Amino acid sequence: MSSVWLLVFFITAILMVGAGIIMAWLLAPTSRNPQKLDPYECGIAATGWAWQQFNVGYYLFALLFLIFEVECVFMFPWAVVMRSLGVIAFVEILIFLFILVLGLAYAWKTKALEWE
Amino acid sequence: MIYDFSKLTSSLDQLLLSVLPPFWVLLVEALLVLIAGLAAFAVLGMILVYMERKVCAFFQVRLGPNRVGKWGTLQLIADMLKLLTKELVTPRGVDVLLYNVAPFIIIMAAFLSFGALPFARGLHAIDFNIGVFYLMAVSSLAVLGILLGGWASNNKYTVIGAMRSGAQVVSYELSVGLTYITMVAFAGTMQLSGIVEAQADGWFLFKGHLPALIAFVVFLIASTAEANRGPFDLAEAESELIAGYHTEYSGLRFAFFYLAEYLNMFIGAAIAATLFLGGWMPLHIGSWEAFNAVMDFIPPIVWFFGKTFLLVWVTMWFKWTFPRLRIDQLLTLEWKYLMPVSFFNLLLMTVIILLGWHF
Repeated sequence: MSSVWLLVFFITAILMVGAGIIMAWLLAPTSRNPQKLDPYECGIAATGWAWQQFNVGYYLFALLFLIFEVECVFMFPWAVVMRSLGVIAFVEILIFLFILVLGLAYAWKTKALEWE
Repeated sequence: MIYDFSKLTSSLDQLLLSVLPPFWVLLVEALLVLIAGLAAFAVLGMILVYMERKVCAFFQVRLGPNRVGKWGTLQLIADMLKLLTKELVTPRGVDVLLYNVAPFIIIMAAFLSFGALPFARGLHAIDFNIGVFYLMAVSSLAVLGILLGGWASNNKYTVIGAMRSGAQVVSYELSVGLTYITMVAFAGTMQLSGIVEAQADGWFLFKGHLPALIAFVVFLIASTAEANRGPFDLAEAESELIAGYHTEYSGLRFAFFYLAEYLNMFIGAAIAATLFLGGWMPLHIGSWEAFNAVMDFIPPIVWFFGKTFLLVWVTMWFKWTFPRLRIDQLLTLEWKYLMPVSFFNLLLMTVIILLGWHF
């Protein structure tokens, strides 16, 4: 049954935003002029394009996130059965986290966690 | 005895089944859920915005909205009507498809996690057996909306805001995930209703000893950061980035971003209340029979919203207490403090469960 409600909520969200925007489209007055369509930048005419190179640091953190988040996903099933597994569960997670923390320590040591 | 809302829903189901064929019953029920979800979402959004403005005003020794209606309570309706009648400007040079899709994604993420919250026993739309995991999955969709919106706007401020927000939300997602795992290990189930039922004889914050307390603090910090709330609001730092990733959105499109931000704050607080403060379970103290009986008289839905709004208020309190962090401080806090602490805390929780030291 939950899957049905998931679908219902999904459709509701889309309907809500869609209906809202259509309503605003119908209700809101429009007055076009070229200045209004400029990207907002302190009132001075914008120079250059916003889609250009940006700091590679963001990309680095996204990569690090990807590694650790995938590990998180692996830990969820472990967390559910942990109580029934007993001491074995602790040994397993110890090994798992050791390898994981090794990765964090490596990133830390190579200064991947410093913002420049 | 706590009232079970599934009695109400199943009797409604029976009533509908007696007059309609099964497929139509499902359709009518879907429509009812749709209307209820939408109404709850909109009303909560308005309450949260009103609360934010009032709390913010009182922290700054101002009065806040007080002209429209008694204590300014109708201000939000006036604002909503105003936003509805504002022009939807699509600036030159934007990626039109992504620019229009972003509000849909961000509202969808908020709404899907909203549907999974256990408001009371039986009053719980999306109740998967992998509830916590589901919440983690859908709430991380929100960052997609922020990134798309910021990037598609083709404005330097929005791109910077979106990039910052991406790095921030994605980083703090790790701590949130690790605290989820800690609490799932303690509860032994991922189902949200199961987690709440497991707290009938004491909230996890009290039962879980030290690791639950550490997890609670880590979760509060990380969920505040995930909702882009101050002191972690540098994705839309108004003094440097105008309005961050939603600078170029106007009218109702902006309203959706705004609504989603407040709802995300509410959802973060509600998850914290569910995982640590017993969700809709009343407060019970050991063998104080009379006290427990009095507490049982307060309906569970009041308990749930009471706890959640208390945490929402704490989040607002954060905003007016701490100055905004710089991006390097923000990332240092997550990667060098919160994450190692979360790893250690998970091990500590495991040890405490295995030794049976919890209450």
